[in-house]
Amino acid sequence: MEQHWKSAKGLFSAVLGPPLFWLVLFFMIPMGIVWLYSFGENRGLTEIALTGTFSNYLRAFDPLYLKIFVKSVGIAGLTTLICLVIGFPVALAITFAPAKAKTWLLLAVMLPFWTNLLIRTYALIAVLRTEGYVNQSLEWLWNGLDAVVGVLGVGALGPFQPLELLHNNFAVVLGLVYVHLPFMVLPLYSALDRLDTSLLEASLDLGAGHLRTLLTIVAPLALPGIASGVVITFIPALGSYLTPDLLGGPDSQMIANIIERQFKRANDWPFGAALSFLLMYMTFIAIALQAMLSRRRREPA
Amino acid sequence: MAKRPAPGPLEYLRRWPLQLWLAGVGIFLYAPLVALMVFSFNDSRRNIVWQGFTLKYYEKALNNASLIEAFVNSLTIAAVSTFLSLILGALAALALWRFRFPGKTGFDGALALPIVAPEICLGVAMLVFFAKVLPWPQGLPWPMNLGAIIIAHVSFSFPFVAVVVRARMASFNRELEEAARDLGASEWRTLKDVILPHMTPSLVAGGFLAFTLSLDDFVITFFTSGPDTVTFPVKVYSMVRFSVTPEVNAASTILIVLTVVLTAIALKVQGDPASTAGGHAALDRPKDRP
Repeated sequence: MEQHWKSAKGLFSAVLGPPLFWLVLFFMIPMGIVWLYSFGENRGLTEIALTGTFSNYLRAFDPLYLKIFVKSVGIAGLTTLICLVIGFPVALAITFAPAKAKTWLLLAVMLPFWTNLLIRTYALIAVLRTEGYVNQSLEWLWNGLDAVVGVLGVGALGPFQPLELLHNNFAVVLGLVYVHLPFMVLPLYSALDRLDTSLLEASLDLGAGHLRTLLTIVAPLALPGIASGVVITFIPALGSYLTPDLLGGPDSQMIANIIERQFKRANDWPFGAALSFLLMYMTFIAIALQAMLSRRRREPA
Repeated sequence: MAKRPAPGPLEYLRRWPLQLWLAGVGIFLYAPLVALMVFSFNDSRRNIVWQGFTLKYYEKALNNASLIEAFVNSLTIAAVSTFLSLILGALAALALWRFRFPGKTGFDGALALPIVAPEICLGVAMLVFFAKVLPWPQGLPWPMNLGAIIIAHVSFSFPFVAVVVRARMASFNRELEEAARDLGASEWRTLKDVILPHMTPSLVAGGFLAFTLSLDDFVITFFTSGPDTVTFPVKVYSMVRFSVTPEVNAASTILIVLTVVLTAIALKVQGDPASTAGGHAALDRPKDRP
């Protein structure tokens, strides 16, 4: 049984003290200050007066910023959806793979996840940029085609026009999917792995096709796992800074980029603080929704 | 050649649409990284067409003093913050596992906050904290000047360690502890000889997680680092902003190789990859093998 803290006060404070101290001093207090600043106003260059104003929050609903919020949610949602579509078959294949293959497949999914985010983003830049690998390959194909057309005497195709793959919304979504795919596959796998396979076999035996079995048996049973995969992918995608910063164009800024600008360039800390707490609240809402969903699933029907 | 039996109903891995899908996802995940590594050996500034093998970009990267300094900074920060995170995380897990106390749910919830809070929020909180509450002195001698970054890294790493260790402690048989106590072992002796050995695998997994999180972090470091405390990701960021150069490829390749080696070591020590996954889901499942 768990011991009551009063029966070993010395040990208890030695064990709880250090982590509690650290959490309060180096997490709660910094967060608390940001929270307080979100109700403050700039006075002079470095002074912030805590006036209890809600103007910073109201300003976030200005169409300019509201548009960025909506866009961020849209991009993160699209990323999550694509990750789910790509990741579900992968998780399914891993679940029903033989033990040895399973280990290697899991490892293959996790290895990019452990690789430095900046390196992965940089690798994508090298692939997508105007002189990148995709455009180089396309140019080579184009030139080949051009030569064939020339030989046939049909006419020339004209010079190759490289595709603009970088610095736009497409690149941001691609980058976010690239980075977050493991976040989706791992929870999906752990949910699917717990499924009672006899239910699937029964469905298949009774003549349902694979697709029908997936949609009517697997998906409802794995719903809590799907929900946690969705939340685990959506939250970091919503708050991502690096991907829109490096892969996006001027119109693909997301919430985090606006927050960074308030703190590092615009020097408007109260507004940045309000934005970052709005992002926090959105995170909490996403987690609460998922908790509600999984609780409802657990209740007997 | 004997024909293999047709795939069973649930052997999805042996069906070609799924194999094709897996191959596609594999290419998507690995092609950019492999291209990056291959072209770090390419003898061409333009970095695209293969011009022959060279190691000159490695030489250049290794002679780039600021890049090396950033690399050493990153490793130092990761090592120190892992050490601190292991202590704090294990203590937090022990407190939650061992004791009933008022505010336990609150502490448990607060401990989860650094895990779920968006990086950017933690980043700006650290920026504000070190600007207003605890200004980290400028110009301290080498390891000391990294203090602010180390503190920030510990703050987001140790809750992860706590989660991993706690999941492991859930499978501890409390009777063992009672037996040790009955046989006259002191509190300290019980901790050292009975509880700690049970905890060890989770400390390895948690340590690996903390080290990787620290080495990988860009956003939070970006907000806490000063001009003379540049880490590897921050340095690569400033290089990438200017251009794509083979030198960055070379430096990245070194870090990727380091990651793979660390992963291999962690797996060797750990045995089961599912439990080092960082997906704690795999950890809280009852073990079906001895």
